[in-house]
Amino acid sequence: MATHPINLTINGKAQQGAVESRRLLVHYLRDDLGLTGTHIGCETSQCGACTVMLNGNAVKSCTLFAVQADGAEIMTIEGLSKDGELHPIQEGFWEEHGLQCGFCTPGMIMSTVDLLQKNPNPDEHEIRHALHGNLCRCTGYQHIVKSIQYAANKMQGATAAAD
Amino acid sequence: MIPSEFDYVKAGSVQEALGLLQQHGDDAKVLAGGHSLVPMLKLRLANPAVLVDISGISELKGITSGGDKVTIGALTTHNDIEHSAELKNSFPILAEAATLIGDPMVRNRGTFGGSLAHADPAGDWPAVALALGAQMHITGPGGERTVAADDFFIDILTSDVQPGELLTAIDLPVSSGKVGMSYQKFSHPASGYAVVGVAATVTVDGSGNCASARVAVTGAGAKATRLTSVEDALVGKPLTEENVAAAAGTAGDGIDYLGDIYASEEYRAHLVKVFAKRAVLAAAGNIK
Repeated sequence: MATHPINLTINGKAQQGAVESRRLLVHYLRDDLGLTGTHIGCETSQCGACTVMLNGNAVKSCTLFAVQADGAEIMTIEGLSKDGELHPIQEGFWEEHGLQCGFCTPGMIMSTVDLLQKNPNPDEHEIRHALHGNLCRCTGYQHIVKSIQYAANKMQGATAAAD
Repeated sequence: MIPSEFDYVKAGSVQEALGLLQQHGDDAKVLAGGHSLVPMLKLRLANPAVLVDISGISELKGITSGGDKVTIGALTTHNDIEHSAELKNSFPILAEAATLIGDPMVRNRGTFGGSLAHADPAGDWPAVALALGAQMHITGPGGERTVAADDFFIDILTSDVQPGELLTAIDLPVSSGKVGMSYQKFSHPASGYAVVGVAATVTVDGSGNCASARVAVTGAGAKATRLTSVEDALVGKPLTEENVAAAAGTAGDGIDYLGDIYASEEYRAHLVKVFAKRAVLAAAGNIK
């Protein structure tokens, strides 16, 4: 059985490990590191529940081997809030009721991180297009779109205030 | 959803990757973005003994413009292409097609070269590469060679890239005259793959008649293919809706259609004509 040493930065912290070649990143995060905020939904690259940021881009951690992430910077849902304060995207999902069962929510939020860094002021069509890789079986997406609009407005406001 | 056991080796250069492929022969598979291969490994449809990860080879990444052509490194991701300022002006069809591939997370990992070499019969890039007259750079133990897109797609999941070889870069010729281009796709509502997708490029002469056309379809049969009867019917005529509709009506003759539970052969044959018309009209509408 081939194992490989890996060195990553996860939510700002250096992490060392040893993984079998076939160990999926999502299993490494959840089972080895206990970061269970990243969910396993379909495990076939369709539902997006396992979405994490890898070197600044949203990826599906069920379609990536942990060994491929050697040297990378990873952010999971656990790394989003700072000093006990919800991130504006998390706040948006809270305020606009962007979830019912909540299973898809970590992936939805990580995809939103990717969207808002590429397009800070998306219109509704752009938000829906950006959510193509995230399935929600509860909400009908309406409140998720509103949550993302809330987050975009809040983050734009913060940028404007900083200027 | 756990693959069979395999070993993993990361190549730092093209030469190293070629050496590893030679060493492991048929036991090895090339891993780039992994968004076709990893799902196949998880389903155990592929069971290689060794994965040669080429994703860290920087010489295979990026977009460079050089006079009459633009070169895209094989490892350039769909996302890089979708957001490339460099390509936006000369090849708007690339962003148009890229944004229809999978979803943002897939586009962040999947690569242009990987998708072309994989030659999925419902992939988007093969049709676009045919319509743009792309030239594929392939390197292997015997040295480098260049293959035209027309000769690159062989059969279902089979391109001209041989075992032991790598697709390294793709050249796209820049048209000197007025050119319009578009990719129109009927996406499968669940998978996002092309049920049928048609890419078209058209050029016009001084009097506004079609001077040349390249029209190609994906999703219809075992491999992406040119719609030469449509091209022939367009050349020499103004690109009016009537002329385009008449030309598109000839689309699909000679294709050995693939049918499935979602779209029958007859339905795909119908879609090819509909999307050939839409793609050529959209291309004619953005000539510059």
